[in-house]
Amino acid sequence: MSVALFAEQLLNGVQFGLMLFLMAAGLTLVFGVMGLINLAHGSLYMIGAFVCAAAAAAFGSFWLGLIAGLAAAAAAGALIELTVIRRLYDRDHLDQVLATFALILILSEGVRMIFGPFPLYLSVPDLLRGTVDLGITRYSLYRLALIGIGIAVAIGLWLLIAKTRLGIQIRAGESDREMIAALGVNIRWLYTVVFALGAALAGMAGALVGAIQSVQVGMGEPVLILAFVVIVIGGIGSIKGAMVGALLVGVIDTMGRFLLPRIFAAFLDPAQAMGVGAALASMLIYLLMALVLILRPRGLFPAHG
Amino acid sequence: MAEMRREWIVNAVLAMALLIVPLVALWINEPFYVTLATRVAILALAGVGLNLALGLGGMVSFGHAAYFGLGGYVAGIMAHHAFTGLPMWIGVTGSNQMLWIWLWAALLSGFLALIIGALSLRTSGIFFIMITLAFAQMIFYFTLSWPAYGGEDGLPIFVRNQFPGLNTMRPWDMFILSYGVLMLALVFFAMLRAARFGAALMAIRQNPDRAAAVGISPFGVKLAAFVLSGMITGLAGAMMADLTRFVSPAMIAWQMSGELIVIIILGGVGRLFGPVAGAAILVAFEVIFGGITEHWQFFLGLILLGVVLFARGGLIGLLAGRARHG
Repeated sequence: MSVALFAEQLLNGVQFGLMLFLMAAGLTLVFGVMGLINLAHGSLYMIGAFVCAAAAAAFGSFWLGLIAGLAAAAAAGALIELTVIRRLYDRDHLDQVLATFALILILSEGVRMIFGPFPLYLSVPDLLRGTVDLGITRYSLYRLALIGIGIAVAIGLWLLIAKTRLGIQIRAGESDREMIAALGVNIRWLYTVVFALGAALAGMAGALVGAIQSVQVGMGEPVLILAFVVIVIGGIGSIKGAMVGALLVGVIDTMGRFLLPRIFAAFLDPAQAMGVGAALASMLIYLLMALVLILRPRGLFPAHG
Repeated sequence: MAEMRREWIVNAVLAMALLIVPLVALWINEPFYVTLATRVAILALAGVGLNLALGLGGMVSFGHAAYFGLGGYVAGIMAHHAFTGLPMWIGVTGSNQMLWIWLWAALLSGFLALIIGALSLRTSGIFFIMITLAFAQMIFYFTLSWPAYGGEDGLPIFVRNQFPGLNTMRPWDMFILSYGVLMLALVFFAMLRAARFGAALMAIRQNPDRAAAVGISPFGVKLAAFVLSGMITGLAGAMMADLTRFVSPAMIAWQMSGELIVIIILGGVGRLFGPVAGAAILVAFEVIFGGITEHWQFFLGLILLGVVLFARGGLIGLLAGRARHG
């Protein structure tokens, strides 16, 4: 195993982790501020990818597609919040799960009706095609750009929450919802904005990842469930926890898939080693989650109480 | 009291309807509807399992497909070894006897529920939902990437497993077997709910602190209920595998977990016959709307959304009045 290959896989893990962070950040914000579990977050990821792919094909520009995907996901998020989610804040978690599960069915079939049953393809923009030399390895320029975008969004999100008036309201909403409403903040508007912000992040992740995977119905839910693992590990409601959890999950999952079959190959025959290694690698992050639950039941960075 | 009597009438009508529909189907020579009724009975059985955890115990498990799928794989793997004659582990051969398979399906599902429950019950609320979902996804990916038993292609059961005195390849025999097991499970559920254990479980759901104050250990009681719940759902999985004569990772997919919750909600949470009503609605919806449009799930989503937002209590709540459940 060469150092170059190892470094490449490590970067893939970081890139995967940062895209998971975009998903997890929205989920954890929505939970932190509104106390809502949103299963349909994966559908917003899917909407971002589909609109981006369709718009990129129509306008011939990835960047216009990306903007369209982001805007569509944010708009869909705001619309969902105004029509459905708003009625769920006072309900128990079971009702939230069911209503957002119903939204998944509606949005998945809706996307299938609009875009047809076949996957769409979104190609990497010309500007970011090819590879760059990083010294120890050559690495895909597009994936490197994803890492850069992920970091930039994380910093932007931190600035938004730490430095702006909206951020103060979000943090206040996380610690005491009734109180900030009593202080005259328009809480309904704040909820819609936070939900749309989370939706935009999910849509962005979907559009960006859409260029390296196929864009298809059902693409959102596996990522959603991984984002759940991320926030269970990181501590629900915590942006910092989402970042740490996302990087842990991204790197451990990618490296596990890369290393475990090779480790087992040392004492099993190759075909068997591939099977055992792959099966175990697919379970690794859930075992990590179990470990965190045993040691820190409220996650690594508990945000509440 | 009037409402309780009304619920018993609704229950009796449901139990009779589930028996009469396949009888009529058999009479007019439409075995397809017999198999459909068998599907309803088995899905309802899986729902009875989840209803124990979710309805009585208030544990919103979004991962019950794991037990359903494990039960299915137990049936599939044991039948596979019985068919090929290859030993499973050192010396142990497979089996095509349903009773023996069910025992293992229930035991192994219970064991999995014990591990997942012990970890997940350290948390509650929204954490619990996400963790049960994540562990089910772990089992899903494991079966997907484990090549020995078909991986993502699944595992066929060439000949349905056998039950003493019945010819399980005949649709009616398979139906009456599933129906019998469902009725036994419902009796078990009713007895459990009426027993001290059920009272303790419901007390914990309503107020864990108060239950703890009178000397009930919330963790122990909930874990026991969770294990029983997993066992019943696992048993249903083994029967579903025999009905479809096929197991695949799709049985463990998150959609299946969602479907099981939907069955309980459509029927009525915590109601004895809630899963029966819910499974019947879901299967009927799938057959009727699935025949009209390929986008039937879109309409299922709309109806589900309507039920959650505006008509809580499900079908039994609608027919027999609101439950004391709350």
